Amino acid sequence: MNIWVSIIIAGLINYLTRLFSVLVINPKKINGKTKQVLIFVPSAVFPAIIFPAVFFNQEGSLVEINDAKVIAISVAFIIGILSKNLVITILSGLLVFWAITFI
Amino acid sequence: MFSKKKTFFKGVIDVLPLMIPVVPFGIIFGAIGIELGFGPYLTYLTSIIIFSGASQIVILQLLSAGASSLVAITSSSVVSTRHLLYGAVVNQYLYQLPTLWKIGLSYLLTDQAFAVSNEYFKKYKDNKYKHYHLVGSGITLWLIWQVTTIIGIILGSIVPDELGLTFTIPLTFLALLVNYLRNLDHLIVIILSGTCSILFFDAPFKSYIIISSIIALLGATILLKFKK
Repeated sequence: MNIWVSIIIAGLINYLTRLFSVLVINPKKINGKTKQVLIFVPSAVFPAIIFPAVFFNQEGSLVEINDAKVIAISVAFIIGILSKNLVITILSGLLVFWAITFI
Repeated sequence: MFSKKKTFFKGVIDVLPLMIPVVPFGIIFGAIGIELGFGPYLTYLTSIIIFSGASQIVILQLLSAGASSLVAITSSSVVSTRHLLYGAVVNQYLYQLPTLWKIGLSYLLTDQAFAVSNEYFKKYKDNKYKHYHLVGSGITLWLIWQVTTIIGIILGSIVPDELGLTFTIPLTFLALLVNYLRNLDHLIVIILSGTCSILFFDAPFKSYIIISSIIALLGATILLKFKK
């Protein structure tokens, strides 16, 4: 299949997923319990993007526990809890990562 | 008093802090597209057609690695399945809107726009123009994503690998969770999802994201039942 066709199909599926959820799911029919569970969506989805990006290297093997990414994300995690600030959390993680990598 | 203009610009302002990681992410995507050999037009148009960083990176990586179109499309779609849940959440506040509005807003429903606009909707349920917040946050994100993709395409391989800018991707998603980190229930769900993503990393079609999300949501359901 042509690469362009693949990108267009992927784009369509991506868009239709969003559209389907907005058009078809009737929030009036969603009960209180479901709403409570839906509050957990970010906490359930984002870690599945975070953990592999930190704990696996480019070859797909697990990194050491003292890897720069592991230390930096741990610091960012603690700073995130303390500051509750998005920008400070990102900057702290990036600075620690650069400090370990370049010093 | 709420107005369309004020609500729109509130969306623009609220999403701006989240642009700090989006800028390098967009540049990285543009540069990766060129590095993988897709050329400027295809790389750029991917940012318009798919408009979802994680899905874009997954499909280009897999196609360049020689995966079949079916596997690449399925993987990219699995990554984007999380939007299904975002739509269900924001639809609580937007269900009364005309269909045309929903068709447009669906395109703008990205991770960052969802995060800030959903918070706004929770606080300002009574603002009848509240959907303009999502328009503001979504269009801002779209513009920055397009511009940074172009910058990345131009910079190409100039960005040194040593800077490790791809590391801003997990940092961004962690930062999006800062409001939940002090809550024990959320922490349990976060750790459950993360652990599952490591265990199921080799699952076919890069399906580890959706598998982990489903298990973590089941965990959340059980947690809520125990609380009652």
